[in-house]
Amino acid sequence: MTTGERDLLLEVRGLHATYGQGAVLHGIDFDVPTGGVVTILGSNGAGKTTTLRALSGEVSTRGSILLEGENLAGRSTEAIVRRGVAHVPQGRGTFVNFTVEENLRLGAHLRKDRDGVRADMDRMYEHFPVLGERREQQAGSLSGGEQQMLAVARALMLRPRLLLLDEPSLGLAPMVTRELFAIIGGINREENTTIVVVEQNARLALDLADMAYVLEAGRIVMAGTPEDVRDDEAMASAYLGYAV
Amino acid sequence: MELFIQQVISGLATGSIYASLAVALVLIYRSTDIVNFAQGEMAMFSAYVAWALIGAGVPFWPALLITLVGSFIGGLLVERVVIRPVEGRPELTIVIVTIGLFIFFNALAGWLWTYQVRGFPSPFPQRTLELGPVRAGLPALGIVAVVGIVVGLLFLLFQRTKLGLTMRAAAENPESSRLVGIRVGWMLALGWGLAATVGAVSGVLVAPILFLSPNMMGAVLIFAFAAATLGGFDSPVGAVVGGLIVGVSENLAGTYVDVIGADLKIVIPMAIIVGVLLVKPAGLFGSPAVERV
Ligand SMILES: Nc1ncnc2c1ncn2[C@@H]1O[C@H](COP(=O)(O)OP(=O)(O)OP(=O)(O)O)[C@@H](O)[C@H]1O
Ligand SMILES: [Mg+2]
Repeated sequence: MTTGERDLLLEVRGLHATYGQGAVLHGIDFDVPTGGVVTILGSNGAGKTTTLRALSGEVSTRGSILLEGENLAGRSTEAIVRRGVAHVPQGRGTFVNFTVEENLRLGAHLRKDRDGVRADMDRMYEHFPVLGERREQQAGSLSGGEQQMLAVARALMLRPRLLLLDEPSLGLAPMVTRELFAIIGGINREENTTIVVVEQNARLALDLADMAYVLEAGRIVMAGTPEDVRDDEAMASAYLGYAV
Repeated sequence: MELFIQQVISGLATGSIYASLAVALVLIYRSTDIVNFAQGEMAMFSAYVAWALIGAGVPFWPALLITLVGSFIGGLLVERVVIRPVEGRPELTIVIVTIGLFIFFNALAGWLWTYQVRGFPSPFPQRTLELGPVRAGLPALGIVAVVGIVVGLLFLLFQRTKLGLTMRAAAENPESSRLVGIRVGWMLALGWGLAATVGAVSGVLVAPILFLSPNMMGAVLIFAFAAATLGGFDSPVGAVVGGLIVGVSENLAGTYVDVIGADLKIVIPMAIIVGVLLVKPAGLFGSPAVERV
């Protein structure tokens, strides 16, 4: 692994997650370097969404989730958000009956610096010009791609230390997906936001990431650089749709 | 014609009272999907508190203010202590809990203050204003004004403040609200506190008309249900409009439809509830079963 030289923002050890009776994650370990992009790949039902929900305290877990050394496991979602973890859930999770502007303001719910919030809204409208044009429009009336952009912008309004993205490409046209990934990459570079992105669209996610983990049936079956995944025959055929 | 206008005015006054209780029902329903059957009894209890304060020598308006603050805290506590533990349980469980609350407040008021019917001072002078040929009682106008102010303040809270935005968000989408750091549980409790406050207004306003007794709010609650159903159970604006329509039609039917008279008025809310549920279940302003993406 290549994470040794960099500071770790997040260290996950022995993470188990369960819904009611059924265990979904069976003790997974992974690291997220500060300022880096980590992608978690896996097929349907592998447990990718559950992993992110575990990080946000939305499912019951065992194991440790260390954010700069502080254990988040067992804390409430609100408390985890307070520590700077923003989560864009699968299927967007925008406030559909609220305007674009209100969604952004809700994203900044925890912030007290009014001027900073105002400035960040303007910055979001620069990153996502379509949102700027639609700021008084109800989120529910936006297209799928625009809603996804709004969901990402809303999460960024927290000024998160860690941004969790759950399948941002879901339901988007390839061109829109590429645009969204380009913006996300830009945000990671310019604002040094650490990102964990879960994707089925492995190709784009691997282009963006510095580290990749592959999840199968609740276990990590591979960890490495994007090149490692691309070069691995079994992984490439399973997640990239071609043989090496 | 003058009779008609007078009946409309007094209908608007009773309608305002229904509207305030209906708004209380809607505030809780739209954030928690719970119909609080105890809303009327909580309002009755608040009216007793006001009556006790006035009896102890506190002037009416300060007594009302103290009652409203106390009702807010009481509503908040009811949510934290009684509703919170059953949050997320099947609807029937929660319905039964609110019916339990109904019985509790009714019995507590009876125990503290007996079931004897008591007079309640009206804050408004018993005079009539002559507006051309039309005469309007000051109490009726006063009721409309008080409810108008309360509803206006609520509107400002929900539409113009950060807290209001947060409360609306928590009601619409609890999961996303948690993900932006909103304490959803507290927002629900605040909603109960506000509902108890608005409900208290209806209790204090209706007490001089119906006289104070632990069973005072029974019929009012049914009219408020009709108002909320007509307006759409998740719309505060609908609750206000619904309340006014119910109040006015109750009065007009009582005046002009001989068979109804004063005794059969309770048929009207029943007919409205059944009619709305058959014809337009979402009500006038309600959102039809919201689609989830
Ligand atoms: N709320 C839930 N209750 C019970 N089981 C659940 C729940 N959510 C997910 N699961 C189960 O957990 C397993 C992992 O689901 P998860 O949503 O994490 O998969 P995923 O990798 O995100 O899949 P996808 O790519 O389809 O989004 C699945 O078997 C699923 O059926
Ligand atoms: Mg998923």
